[in-house]
Amino acid sequence: MRAAAHQALDAATTRGVTYADARVAAIRNRSLSTKNGRVGHASESESLGIGIRVIAHGAWGFAASADLSRVAVESTAARAVEIAKASARVKREDVRLAPEPAAMAEWTTPHKIDPFTTSVEQNLDLLLKVDGEMRAVSGVTLAETGMNFQREESWFLSSEGADIHQTKYSTGAGYTAFAFAGSEIQKRSYPNSFGGQWQNRGYELIEEMKLLENARRVAEEAVALHSAEQCPEGTRTIILDGSQLGLQIHESIGHPIELDRVLGMEANFAGTSFLTLEKLGNLRYGSELVNVVADARQEHGPGLGTFAYDDEGVAAQSTPIITNGRFTGYLSSRETAHTIGAARSGGTLRAECWNRLPMIRMTNVSILPGEKPMSLEQLIAATDDGIYMETNKSWSIDDKRYNFQFGCEIGWEIKRGKRVRMLKNPSYSGITTEFWNSMDAICSRDEWAIWGTPNCGKGQPQQVVGTGHGASPARFRNIRVGSAYS
Amino acid sequence: MLTQEQAADIFDRIRRLSSADEVEAIFNGSRFALTRFANNTIHQNVEEENSIVSIRTNFGGRTARATANQFDEESLRRAVAASENLAKVQAPDPGLLSMPTSEEAKAAGEGARATRFFDETAAITPADRAEVVGRIVSIAGKHRLTTAGIYSNSESREGILNSRGLAKWHRQTLAEVSITMLAGDSSGWQKLNSPDVRNLDPLRLAETAAQKAVESAHPRELAPGKYTVILEPAAALDIVGFMFWDYSGVAILDQRSFLNDRIGTQLFGENINICDDAGHPLQAGSPFDGEGMYRQRVPLVENGVVKQVVYARATVQKMRSSEYAGKVGPIAPTGHGFPLPNEMGEMPMNIVFSASQNPQSVEQMIRSTDRGILVTRLWYIREVDPYEKTVTGMTRDGTFLVENGKVQCGIRNFRFNESLISMLSNVEAMSVPVRSCGEESFDMVVPAMKVREFNFTEATKF
Repeated sequence: MRAAAHQALDAATTRGVTYADARVAAIRNRSLSTKNGRVGHASESESLGIGIRVIAHGAWGFAASADLSRVAVESTAARAVEIAKASARVKREDVRLAPEPAAMAEWTTPHKIDPFTTSVEQNLDLLLKVDGEMRAVSGVTLAETGMNFQREESWFLSSEGADIHQTKYSTGAGYTAFAFAGSEIQKRSYPNSFGGQWQNRGYELIEEMKLLENARRVAEEAVALHSAEQCPEGTRTIILDGSQLGLQIHESIGHPIELDRVLGMEANFAGTSFLTLEKLGNLRYGSELVNVVADARQEHGPGLGTFAYDDEGVAAQSTPIITNGRFTGYLSSRETAHTIGAARSGGTLRAECWNRLPMIRMTNVSILPGEKPMSLEQLIAATDDGIYMETNKSWSIDDKRYNFQFGCEIGWEIKRGKRVRMLKNPSYSGITTEFWNSMDAICSRDEWAIWGTPNCGKGQPQQVVGTGHGASPARFRNIRVGSAYS
Repeated sequence: MLTQEQAADIFDRIRRLSSADEVEAIFNGSRFALTRFANNTIHQNVEEENSIVSIRTNFGGRTARATANQFDEESLRRAVAASENLAKVQAPDPGLLSMPTSEEAKAAGEGARATRFFDETAAITPADRAEVVGRIVSIAGKHRLTTAGIYSNSESREGILNSRGLAKWHRQTLAEVSITMLAGDSSGWQKLNSPDVRNLDPLRLAETAAQKAVESAHPRELAPGKYTVILEPAAALDIVGFMFWDYSGVAILDQRSFLNDRIGTQLFGENINICDDAGHPLQAGSPFDGEGMYRQRVPLVENGVVKQVVYARATVQKMRSSEYAGKVGPIAPTGHGFPLPNEMGEMPMNIVFSASQNPQSVEQMIRSTDRGILVTRLWYIREVDPYEKTVTGMTRDGTFLVENGKVQCGIRNFRFNESLISMLSNVEAMSVPVRSCGEESFDMVVPAMKVREFNFTEATKF
């Protein structure tokens, strides 16, 4: 594989490029699901190819091919150069790359159990047991489970001398119980909705999630929602569980800090950002308790945004995004770093696959836990009147990332420090900075976990990558609740 | 690019490597190129070529799939083994059917279809795309705007072969242009695609997007509430697209469809007529489904009454023996199945709205509106209530106040929470349906719609 990358660089550099990199990737997936006691789908896939990125005449070109023969690699490199020269016909200034030491490195995701060494029988047996537990609950009309593994081995070489070999593993699993009755469909998911929990780990994640132990409770909650009161409309104190707060971070912090959005590069599709450049260092993004980092380093934890080097060879870093409530950092790349006066890229350029151009993507954008010990139950006990919401059901935000609306699967009304009744269809909405400035409590480290968002879409052609979001439950005051059903 | 002959050869090799009762191979190959521009410059410019084979094996009621993009002997051997291993460990499913024969697929009907492959689209070069982008940038400059967007072209091949003699092959091209024009506090947008690039007029799209950006400058903020809206085709497409997952036999059987207990009832206004028709001249895509069955024309909604849903082969058997059999209209294979195995069953994805008896242009709709909102595009739409089919989302890139029959000014964007049942019951006028594309749903043949009492719940800051 390394030889193919070398051939690509040789072919590009002989055609007069000022920069070239080549990324060969071999990706393997396993995807399993069950539905109502039967296998839903069972599939494996492999994909191998090379993506070649060049700068010629001051502009970018990218070409990719699954054919790794010498002839095809040289042809693909030549095509990338031709494309770059076409790009140069409509440019305003030459591409500038922030300097980066040429790294030579080997790295593999820390893991205890390679998920591909586990048997399909073992995987399906667990899923079918979970499925059975959910369907044992009267009123459950549909039970779905899923489990996914991925191994991506990549070789990144650049004309500047970088030579990086990484192997990344990711694992995910989860399930949902649906209950249709009367004129309502209710559902509950575990440990999170839309596929469950995902991390860059091995099969040990599956073993730690207590999937089977929670199945009956989750199914009972799906049925019980039909008897619950509708979440009231009004201005309320809310407490969000860690998984919902993770998605709140993703949408209202993670996306607006992407520097390519800020600079208008996503204006036609994903949108722009309210975080224009003059706000860096000046905007009060949240309350004093809000501290957010973008951290791709191994020591941050096994999020879907954890790696050793990004897809243009920049080492993983931790960037302070919000510090004591003040906006302090963007997600950047070698091309965009100069626009914020940075001497170096923040190391966030990532591609979905070998056939896609790497772009600025969230790594692990995480809110730091509170320093004062506080469990979720203590936070609820310290709340006189509010609503606790758990597990995302719907999410939407405008294209500058101001106005958002989220729905959750389940809520509980809190009165005088106790959960007094279950609420169905809880939802809340607001404006990003007003929302984060209303945060007045966050639970401590023992409630903190890195949640995986495996389905983040961006770019044209669209690329779907996984991002990580560390979060613990937090409380917000004076939030508009229930407008989704108004 | 993978040819039909090469695919047949690879399938022969797969059959020799497999010990399964039945084998199926789905081939997908494409060359895709896209030039992306922003800030009046080309900033991304890509091309990729890839082909895959996806192998399904059947062993007595057990099935699974494995996919590879390398066609050497060892890669194919590994993929066949992976598919067989995944299948063999499962419990038999009595509902799993044998793969269709060529005769079965023919019996279900296959009409002649016009070509969707155009040499003019396939031949577009990076320099050609740069030339067009340069002209779009010039239009932006003329209006003192900044532009962002894409111009792409692709050619693709899709084939399905199985060991019972079925063999289908389809090739297609597609060209697409999407343009955003940005001013200081406003924007405009247009997008269109077609298998034949000669059907696209990027410069006209650029002018329209520019006009929207200029005319929506200095937007006013209006109070949220219920308004008459005029949804341009792309906006109508993106919101109605959220209901078609439910027009599926499996969705009914799973009780996750908003059509449960509603098929045959007057669900929408009498002016709503919708079918799924892969052969429609304004449609694109493959004429056969994930098992190789030809996609039939299916009337989904007639005069506001949901008549039927679509079916994969296996779903037909399940529906006929279910408690819903007498309540769901005609039950027959329609050629809408996803590749097996899957949980979702099937879905109509070649939606065609019928023209109303008295179609009106968007301009006519504006002239007949005392007070309302003209919407260019909707964004980030998500389902809030699955049975009332309430969805939320935002307006974007050109939202206007209409008063006294005229567009008055741009307004700040709204968030909506709207039931699709309610919306399609409140359609006052429709334009002639056109091929349209957005970002939230698949391409359709859909009209602009004038809808009363559309529910805007919040306004944003721009």
